[in-house]
Amino acid sequence: MKNNVLFLQGNEACVEGALYAGLDFFAGYPITPSTEIAELLSYRLPATGRKFIQMEDELSSMCAIVGASLTGKKVMTATSGPGFSLKQEAIGFAVMTETPCVIVNIQRGGPSTGLPTSGSQGDVMQARWGTHGEHAIIVLTASNNQDVFAMTVEAFNLSETFRTPVVLLFDEVVAHTREKLTMPEPGEINVVDRLHTSVPKGTDYHPYLPREDGRLPMSDFGGVHRYNVTGLAHDMWGFPSTNPTIVYDLMRHLVDKIQGHTKEITRIKEFFVEDAECLLISYGASARTALHVVENRRERGEKLGLLELQTLWPFPADVVKKRCASIDCVVVVEMNMGQILHEVKRVIHDGDKVFLANKIDGTFIAPTDILDILRIIQGKGA
Amino acid sequence: MAKKKKGKPVINREWCKGCGICVEFCPEDALALDEMEKSNLAYPDKCNSCGMCELRCPDLAIELR
Amino acid sequence: MAVKDYIRERFFPHLWCPGCGHGIVMGAMIRAIEKLGIQKSDIVVVSGIGCSSRICGYLDFHTLHTLHGRALAFATGLKLSRPELTLLVPMGDGDAFAIGGNHLIHAARRNIDLTAIIMNNNIYGMTGGQSSPSTGYGDLATTAPYGNIDPSFDPVNLVLGAGASFVARTTTYHVTSMINILEKAITHKGFSVVEVLSQCPTYYGRKNRLATAVDMMNFYKNRTTPIGSKDKEKNPDLIERGIFIQEERPEYCAEYAKLIEKARSQ
Repeated sequence: MKNNVLFLQGNEACVEGALYAGLDFFAGYPITPSTEIAELLSYRLPATGRKFIQMEDELSSMCAIVGASLTGKKVMTATSGPGFSLKQEAIGFAVMTETPCVIVNIQRGGPSTGLPTSGSQGDVMQARWGTHGEHAIIVLTASNNQDVFAMTVEAFNLSETFRTPVVLLFDEVVAHTREKLTMPEPGEINVVDRLHTSVPKGTDYHPYLPREDGRLPMSDFGGVHRYNVTGLAHDMWGFPSTNPTIVYDLMRHLVDKIQGHTKEITRIKEFFVEDAECLLISYGASARTALHVVENRRERGEKLGLLELQTLWPFPADVVKKRCASIDCVVVVEMNMGQILHEVKRVIHDGDKVFLANKIDGTFIAPTDILDILRIIQGKGA
Repeated sequence: MAKKKKGKPVINREWCKGCGICVEFCPEDALALDEMEKSNLAYPDKCNSCGMCELRCPDLAIELR
Repeated sequence: MAVKDYIRERFFPHLWCPGCGHGIVMGAMIRAIEKLGIQKSDIVVVSGIGCSSRICGYLDFHTLHTLHGRALAFATGLKLSRPELTLLVPMGDGDAFAIGGNHLIHAARRNIDLTAIIMNNNIYGMTGGQSSPSTGYGDLATTAPYGNIDPSFDPVNLVLGAGASFVARTTTYHVTSMINILEKAITHKGFSVVEVLSQCPTYYGRKNRLATAVDMMNFYKNRTTPIGSKDKEKNPDLIERGIFIQEERPEYCAEYAKLIEKARSQ
């Protein structure tokens, strides 16, 4: 066996995944608990002729990666809660202009400055709805280094495929946990490259006219096609328009290209779900604790299962609905006051069997936090 | 550069918004606004083809030809 | 090539008000580029939000119409990933000095090879005439109905202090000089700032006893003077125009190329 097992932090696993996916350009601003990503990339990127820049603030970091992406580069920025708030306007710009980019948000306690060094999963709804206006977005997460690596590669792939910003919604616990990562060999995980237009020079290129398969081939800034990119509602050439038909088509396209491909975008892990009577639904660091509880209870013969969500948005409604159909009780395990809980309740139409096991005090969710809820559900008292 | 230009100002009436900048700053007073508030080479003989009207036109409506 | 070869003619006549100075600036930009002979596909124009930013739609280059104040941030990412492209960043005074002030000083500090063209009309035009960081003391605006009490920025000293290696000021009246300055700014290797006093007759002029574009351009003609002129000594209130600094300094993308060499050799 080759010596390809590393021992590192989640943040470092994210960097390895990004480099594997072909990251060309990173812009960032220091913020706990994501800073290691920027630090490591400032070392790694120039050594392979690629670009790293520390910008003057969070807003400009987000803007800079969008600018770089338009020249055909694979781009990423990394931040945490307060910075994620500041980036929202430019994330919306990337949504509207359909510019591929990856935004890592290492969640910490909030609101405001909150708990900079503590884990949290309080940004689930912000990742979905942080920027203004109706839109759709892809949000992925992971619970361990191997998956952080894989989801980071996925984030770039989905971003290029759907011409959309993708948020990697990790958390402080996963980001700072040191564990092993078995580095995939080149080619072991599929890497999606940018789809460039085949329209030749001199022929009218439409940057915002979807092909039959819904994809929009791009032309790099600096290339032969000169076109306009704007955050205003625009037509298929990228020029501003207030024509209701054009605006309607644009809005539908922006939402449908993601919501209509939910199945393709869904990444989910299932543990002991086939015969489960009670199902835990969790994601990110919380899923580590949930898995521990499930494995532990299985040894005692309890029919407990775990659905670990890796795609949070678009919410994998069909899978959750199907898996919960014959289940007696569902416990959503998360480090917030029930952000995914509401989604689960919304999709299974049987809110009475859905419960929440959570933690919001900055400490990591423990097995007892889940077991206490299970005992109450099972009528065994608190 | 303006001095190298040949020809007289030709005004694109579709683009001209009638601001009067070319009229006011024409060194030879060769231009005027017509009844439609559009710039017009009213006194072609006065025009010395300096091209300042072309350079100062905010509507890109003047071209020396 | 003629001016018309550089524009997207189907969007003309443009949306700017009659007499708005921004069209004169656009014309000067085109003529500077024409004289320099830069290929259209080698030019990227990045703008923010406001009247000034709408220039993007009219120019037949690669054009990126971004967010209010953030044009320089987008342009920085673009330039660093494709340093061989020529980047022009037209902005307004609200865009550059207020909401985008941080990006302006940091682009100057980095000395990244962008040309910032700041069309200063002393007002927020697109939103209907609110006071900006360059609205003068006592001036009227829709958010300064009793007269503006905020001191204004001196943009030239601001960017000089931040380290810009090319700084100039011109006006829409002095259009041949503007073309000349823009040529030098675009050719300059490093961050160039060209402040252009550009009239807004609709919102600034009307409220401040300069009713027409002609009045405002006469103001630029009579109230500005070349840098270091005798007139300035006699009348310190005159606004200086010309090139304040033009200095060769390490440029960011060139420095980054050196950094790559260093990183590769370690």
